[in-house]
Amino acid sequence: VENVRLLDRLSSRRAVLGTLYLTATHVIFVENGSETRKETWVLHSQISSIEKQATTATGCPLLIRCKNFQVIQLVIPQERDCHDIYISLIRLARPVKYEELYCFSFNPKLDKEEREQGWKLVDLNEEYNRMGVPNTYWQISDVNRDYGVCDSYPTEVYVPKSANAHIIVGSSKFRSRRRFPALSYYCKGNNASICRSSQPLSGFSARCLEDEQMLQAIRKANPGSDFVYVVDTRPKLNAMANRAAGKGYENEDNYSNIKFQFIGIENIHVMRNSLQKMLEVCELKSPSMSDFLWGLENSGWLKHIKAIMDAGIFIAKAVAEEGVSVLVHCSDGWDRTAQVCSVASLLLDPYYRTMKGFMVLIEKDWVSFGHKFNHRYGNLDGDPKEISPVIDQFIECVWQLMEQFPCAFEFNERFLIHIQHHIYSCQFGNFLCNSQKERRELKIKERTYSLWAHLWKNRADYVNPLYRSDNSQTQGTLHPQIAPCNFLYKFWSGMYNRFEKGLHPRQSVTDYLMAVKEETQQLEEELEVLQERLANLQKSQSGDNKVKSKQQDRSKQFGLYTSNNSLANTPQEYSNDLKSFPSRSPSQGDEEDSALILTQDNLKSSDPDLSANSDQESGVEDLSCRSPSGGGCLPSEDSGKDSDEAVFLAG
Amino acid sequence: LLRSSQPLTGPNRRRCREDEQLLGTLLDEGERGFIIDTRSAQAAKQARMSGGGTEPKSCYPRWRRLHRALDRGRPLQESFIRLVEACGDASLSMDRWLSRLDGSRWLGHVKAALSTACLAAQCLDREGCKVLVHGAEGTDTTLLVTALAQLILDPACRTLEGFQGLLEREWIQAGHPFHLRCARSASSHARGKQEAPLFLLFLDCVWQLSRQFPLSLEFGEQLLLTLFDNAYASAYGTFLCNNEKERSLCKVKESTHSLWAWLDQPEERQKYLNPLYSHNPLVIWPSVEPQSIQLWQGLFLRWIRPSQHLDEAWAEIQRLVEG
Repeated sequence: VENVRLLDRLSSRRAVLGTLYLTATHVIFVENGSETRKETWVLHSQISSIEKQATTATGCPLLIRCKNFQVIQLVIPQERDCHDIYISLIRLARPVKYEELYCFSFNPKLDKEEREQGWKLVDLNEEYNRMGVPNTYWQISDVNRDYGVCDSYPTEVYVPKSANAHIIVGSSKFRSRRRFPALSYYCKGNNASICRSSQPLSGFSARCLEDEQMLQAIRKANPGSDFVYVVDTRPKLNAMANRAAGKGYENEDNYSNIKFQFIGIENIHVMRNSLQKMLEVCELKSPSMSDFLWGLENSGWLKHIKAIMDAGIFIAKAVAEEGVSVLVHCSDGWDRTAQVCSVASLLLDPYYRTMKGFMVLIEKDWVSFGHKFNHRYGNLDGDPKEISPVIDQFIECVWQLMEQFPCAFEFNERFLIHIQHHIYSCQFGNFLCNSQKERRELKIKERTYSLWAHLWKNRADYVNPLYRSDNSQTQGTLHPQIAPCNFLYKFWSGMYNRFEKGLHPRQSVTDYLMAVKEETQQLEEELEVLQERLANLQKSQSGDNKVKSKQQDRSKQFGLYTSNNSLANTPQEYSNDLKSFPSRSPSQGDEEDSALILTQDNLKSSDPDLSANSDQESGVEDLSCRSPSGGGCLPSEDSGKDSDEAVFLAG
Repeated sequence: LLRSSQPLTGPNRRRCREDEQLLGTLLDEGERGFIIDTRSAQAAKQARMSGGGTEPKSCYPRWRRLHRALDRGRPLQESFIRLVEACGDASLSMDRWLSRLDGSRWLGHVKAALSTACLAAQCLDREGCKVLVHGAEGTDTTLLVTALAQLILDPACRTLEGFQGLLEREWIQAGHPFHLRCARSASSHARGKQEAPLFLLFLDCVWQLSRQFPLSLEFGEQLLLTLFDNAYASAYGTFLCNNEKERSLCKVKESTHSLWAWLDQPEERQKYLNPLYSHNPLVIWPSVEPQSIQLWQGLFLRWIRPSQHLDEAWAEIQRLVEG
C-alpha cells in the first residue's frame, strides 16, 4: 500500500511517507526518499495487538503494538485498505499451526551439520556434570524417559540417591501436573541444593508417604544440614485458597524437618496487568515527571521485580551461607519457580554470569523444565489469559543486577534485549511449544535453528568490556544490598522504550570501551611486531635506530566516532505550547532491523532472503560508524534547518 | 546569550529609554530576539506591584517574551529537604518509594531547568536568535539557565578548564549569593529564608548531561560532588560571600586560597577527569523525557548505597582506557 505515513510517537507532525508491504512473515515499511530508503521490519510473531483508530482527515490510523515493545503508528490513506491490512494482520499475527511460524521458513544458509552443531552448543548433561552430579548423593533418573510420569518434565531428571522410582512416581501423583521435586542446582562446595516442583495436592489434610519420603531424600542428600527450606513463592492467601481446590502447600507437621516459607510473588494475571499499566505510561504523550513516577508506581512493576529478586536472594543465602537445601514451588512450578531458581543460581554461581553459562541457565530452568513458552508468549493464537511476561521479568532481574554489579557479567544489555526479542520472534526453534515432549514431537531440532548458535556466532557484540574473571564481582556469590534498596531498582528504558533511541544516553560507553579494547589489542600486536623487528635490526646493525613510539591521540581517533552520532544532535520538542521545532527523530526500529536495502528478491514473499536481516539483529546499535578511520559515516543531523521552523515563528 | 534582572516597570508601567535602546541596538535590522522570563506570566505580572515587572511588548517590539516558570527560594529548598528525607527513610517499602520521590518534586525541577536551558539553546542555535534570560533578581534561576545553555551549546565549556571558567563567570562573578543560598543544606533545623539549592540543581543538571553524553564532558561525577561540598563548606575562598563586591571588601583573594588552584594541580586533576572524554564539537541536546532524567544517586544516596562495585567498575574503565 502506497502513501502510508509512519508517525512519530510524540509528534504527529513528524510523519514519514512511504510504502507498506505485507509478506508471509513480516510487515515492512519503506520510506520514500532519495538516498537512505530506510526500512522498518516487523515480524508477525512480534505483533501483540493491532488497533484501528478513528478515521481522520489525513487517513485511517492503525496502531501496531509489539511484544518487544515497539509501537508503530501508521496512517493509511484509504479506509478500505486500512481495513484489509487490519484483517490480514490479525490473521497473520495469530497463527494456528506451528508450521506457520517463521522458524520453519527461516533460512540462514547453513548446512545440516552446522544446524546440528548449533543445537549441540548447549548440553545439559555437561552442565549437570560441571555442577558435580551425579555423585554420592545425587543420581540421574530416567523414570520419565517416555514422559510417562510427567509430560512437562524432561526425560532425564536428577534426584537424590535415596529416591527410587517408586518414590518418584508416588510423589508425582501428589503434585500438581505431576511435577515432582527434581534438582535445579547443586552446590559442590557444601552439598546444598535447589530443587523445584509444583504444589502438593494436600488440600486440607491429605498426605502422601512417597512425597514425604522425597523431601526426606532431599534432606539426606545434604548431610551438612538437618532440615530443608520449602519456599512457596505465592502470597499466603493464594496458597491457602488453593487448599479448597485440593491443592495447597506442605504442612510442617507432616514433613519431618522442613522449614516452610512464603515469599509472596503475585500470579501471572497480576503481572500481565502490571506490564499493561506500565506500557500505558510509556505511551503517554509528553508526560510530566509526576505522570511518569505515579504511573510507574501504580503499575507495581518494579515492586514485582523486587519481589522476584528478594526470593532469589533468600534462596541464594540459604544455600551459600546456611548450607541448607531449598525446595521451591509455586502453583504449577513453571513460572515463579523458574524465575526464582534461575535468579538464585545466577547469584550463586559465576558460571551463569558468562555468556555460555547464561544460555545454559535458560535452557535448564526454562526450556527443559517445561516453561509454557507457547502459552505465555503466544507463539500460536491461544487463551489471552495465559499470556504473561514471566521470562521478561527474569531478564529484567538480570539487567537490574547488571546495573548494580557492572563488572559481574560477561555479557551486556544488548544480549538480554536480543534474547527477549527472540523469545517472541519465533525465528529460532528454542522457545516453541510448552514442553520438551512437544518439541521432540515436532522435530524442532531437525527443522529449525538454534538461537544460541546465532548469538554465539555474534558474541563479539554482546561482550561486557568491564568483565574480568578475576575481580570480586566475578568470584563466588553476589550479594545485592537488601535494605535500603528501593532506589536500586530502575526503570529499564533500554527495553521498554527500546525503539525510542532519543530517550537513551546518546553515546554508548559499552561500545566505546569495546572499540578501545580492540584498538589496544591491535596496538599491542603492532608493538610486538615492531619490537621483534627492532631486535632483528639491532642484531644486523649497530643500534642507531629509533623506534617511533606509537603515540596515538585516542581522542582524535574516536573523534569521528562520537561526533557522528546522528541522534545526539537532534533537539527534541522542548516546549509544548510553543510548537517549536519537532526535530526529534521518529521511533525507529533498531538500526540493524532496518538497514537492508530492499531488493526485488526480498519482495518475493514466499521465501524471502532474510539471512541478511537476521544477521542485522546482532548489529551494533547507536553507531553510524565503528572504525576509527570513520569511513562511511552518515552526516550529522545538526547541519541544516527544519522546514517546520516556520511553524515556530508563526505560532 | 544575555542575562539581566527584571525591568523595574512597576505598577505605573514606567519606561526607560536607555534600556529600550540597549535592547534595540542588540538586534540587527529585521532580527528578532527572545526574552526568557524564568517566572510564570502570572508571577511576572504580580511583580509589578512591588516595583518589578516585565518588558512591555510595545516598548520592546522586536523581542518576543517566553515564560518558563522555574522554582527558586523556599519551594526549591523544601523540595530538596523532602528528597533527602525520602532517600534516608529506610522504612519505605517499594510500594511508596516512587510516590515519595515524586512528592519531593525534585526531578520535576531538574526537568524544567534542562528544558528551559534547551529552549534558550534552541533559540540561539537553531533559530540564530539572540536570547535574554532573566527572572526577578537575575541571581538564581537566570544563572541556572544561562550556564546550562552554554554547556549544551559550547564544547569549550565541557572541558575541565572551560567548566571552571563557566562557573567563575556564570555563578561566582555573576553574583549568585552563595553565602545566603548555601548556608545549611538539607538537614538543618534553622530554615533560613534565603537558603535555596540552585547551585545543587545546576550540578544535578550537569550530571544528567554527563549520563546522557558520557563521552562529552572532560570531567566526571567526582568533580561535581567536590563542587557541591565546597559550595557549602570549604577550605577555599572561591565560594565565599555573595558577590564580587563583598569578596573585595573581605579581601578574599588576599587572604584565602582558590579552589581552582588546588584542583588544577596535576595529581588532583587526575581524579576529576573523565577517562571516556572525547572532544565533541557539536551541540549536545539532552532528552528531557521522564525516562531520561534519573535520580542522582551518587549525590543523594552517597552515604546510603553500596559503592564498592561501582567503584570497581570505574577503576576498570580507567584501566581499559589508559591501556
